[in-house]
This record gives sequence, structure tokens and C-alpha cells, in this order.
Amino acid sequence: MTTDPVVRLEAEEAADPFVISGRTLTSRLLLGTGGAPSLEALERAVVASGTQVVTIALRRVEASTSTGLLEVLDRCGVQLLPNTAGCMTAREAVRTAQLAREAFDTAWVKLEVIADEQTLLPDPIELLDAAEQLVADGFTVLPYTSDDPILARRLADAGCAAVMPLGSPIGSGLGIGNPHNIALIRELVSVPVILDAGIGTASDAALAMELGCDAVLLASAVTRARDPEQMALAMRHGVEAGRLAARAGRIPRRWHALASTSMQGRPDL
Amino acid sequence: MQITINGSAAEVDESITVAALVRDRIEGDRRIAVAVNSGVVPRSQWETTQLGPGDSIELLAAAAGG
Repeated sequence: MTTDPVVRLEAEEAADPFVISGRTLTSRLLLGTGGAPSLEALERAVVASGTQVVTIALRRVEASTSTGLLEVLDRCGVQLLPNTAGCMTAREAVRTAQLAREAFDTAWVKLEVIADEQTLLPDPIELLDAAEQLVADGFTVLPYTSDDPILARRLADAGCAAVMPLGSPIGSGLGIGNPHNIALIRELVSVPVILDAGIGTASDAALAMELGCDAVLLASAVTRARDPEQMALAMRHGVEAGRLAARAGRIPRRWHALASTSMQGRPDL
Repeated sequence: MQITINGSAAEVDESITVAALVRDRIEGDRRIAVAVNSGVVPRSQWETTQLGPGDSIELLAAAAGG
């Protein structure tokens, strides 16, 4: 075995890759495009993040910035992940996903079915219904879900390609409210777990990875930061640091102190 | 004939196809999707799908979003 830690870790990573629907992704950070102050700022953030997958929404032509946005993302060489943002029923979400597949020629979809505009929390009943319909229609379904481990398991059992539990409500920046549930989800499903929503800063992204998540999806934390490009770089490092820490194995928590310096050989002064 | 495009009334030629409407209304990038009366019209059917009076059309494109 090589003694160069970077080479060794790359080999370990290659042996345990992040794969969605047969595609291996070397970046474990997925980026949303909502909330950026300008297309220039978005492009710099996408590049700095190192991401390979970027979410977009589908909206009426006159209200969109379609051409410029897609040009930027084409230049960045990222895969498009259309979302169903704003949908409140399975019916709407399924149609939106089908329309996005026609528009962007991809069967990948970030499935969002929210209950209301105030909480933006997923409606679990509609979400599972939509997921089942889209899986049957051949989609690679990445559902934005609550941090309920049983719902996550139901979504995985329904054939979703990954599950994407929230850390806290969309855009709140409150971080991971229930780390125990996120770790439990990781235990209960065999598909990738992507922490989606609620990330506020790089330490939140690192925590998600330390809890065992396979990747992190975030938007506002970068696009609404004072310096999106710098925060994108911070998130990239946060995800990498958390991943390394999870693999390295943290020390157990102790109630009392444990000296790292031996008492043996202490001089009698 | 009168139809609705993205929520606004519009006057178009009789029996215009989805493909012709897209050519008229969309400049540049055609990575768009079309729904007629809430039904998805696959790209492969744009040329053969004719619109009728009172149809409600959604022309959708990429927008920034989480």
C-alpha cells in the first residue's frame, strides 16, 4: 500500500464510489441554482463548488431566464437535474417531471411535492404516490423528503434512485435539526442518502457527511451568501472534510476527560 | 382563433400546430416543454399536434431553482 495519504484515499474512494443510476459522481456536492444574484455569480459558484449536478426549475417562458441560464450550465459541463418545485399534488409533480424530461432530455428528476408555501415541507402522502408513478414511468427519482426514516425507507422500497432528507426547512439555514434521524436513514436504506435543504454553512455540510450521508444538495447557503463563490468553495471543502472524518472514524464521546499525555514519568517538583 | 398561452389570451392561425407555435414564439434555445390543456405534448408529436379554439397552452423553459 502506498504511503501517500491522498493516493490511498483516492483509491479507497474509487472502491466506494457515489453512484446514482449507474453514473459515478466524483463530487459529492449538488448545487441548486435558485437565489443567485446574477448569472455571473452563479457561474463562479458552480465552478468553485466542483459540482457535477445542478438543479433547475421549469417555469413559463416569459418568466424565465432560460437561454442565459442553460448557456452558463452548458459551459460548466454539469448534468441538469430538473425539479418539481412548487408542486403540491402528485398529479402536478408527475406532469412537471414529464414536461422536464421533454425539455431537457433527461429522466432524472428531483421530486418535490410540498404541503404548503409557509413550511415548504414535503407532503409525504403525495410524495410517495408521485414517486411510485414516476419510477413506473422510467424516471430516476431523487425525492426531497422529510427526515422521517420510515418514509425514506418507503421511498427507497418504491424504487427511488436516492433519498434526499431535509436537514431543516428549505432556505432556513438552520442546519441539521435531527441528526439522529439522518444517521438512522443512512442505516435503513441501501440507496444513496443526499442531505437536501436547511444547510446554512460549511460545518452543516460537514456534519451531514459525518452522519454518513453520501452527498449534500444545497442552494441558498451558497447563492444567498455574501460571497457565493467563496461559500461554494467552503461547501466543497466541508463536504470533503466530513467525508474524510466519517471514513476515519471519530473518537467516542466521553463524560470525563482523558489525558493525552501520560502521567507516568512526571517529575516530583 | 383564440387560445390561451401561459395564462394570456392569444390570437393564432386556425389549426396551427404545436411545432409552428414554438417556431413563432421561441427564439434561440428550444429546450422547452409544451402542455396543451394540462396534457404533456412529447417533442416527437409537436409537428402533428394541431391546436383548437379555446386550447390552453403552457410553454415552459428552464428557470433558476433549488
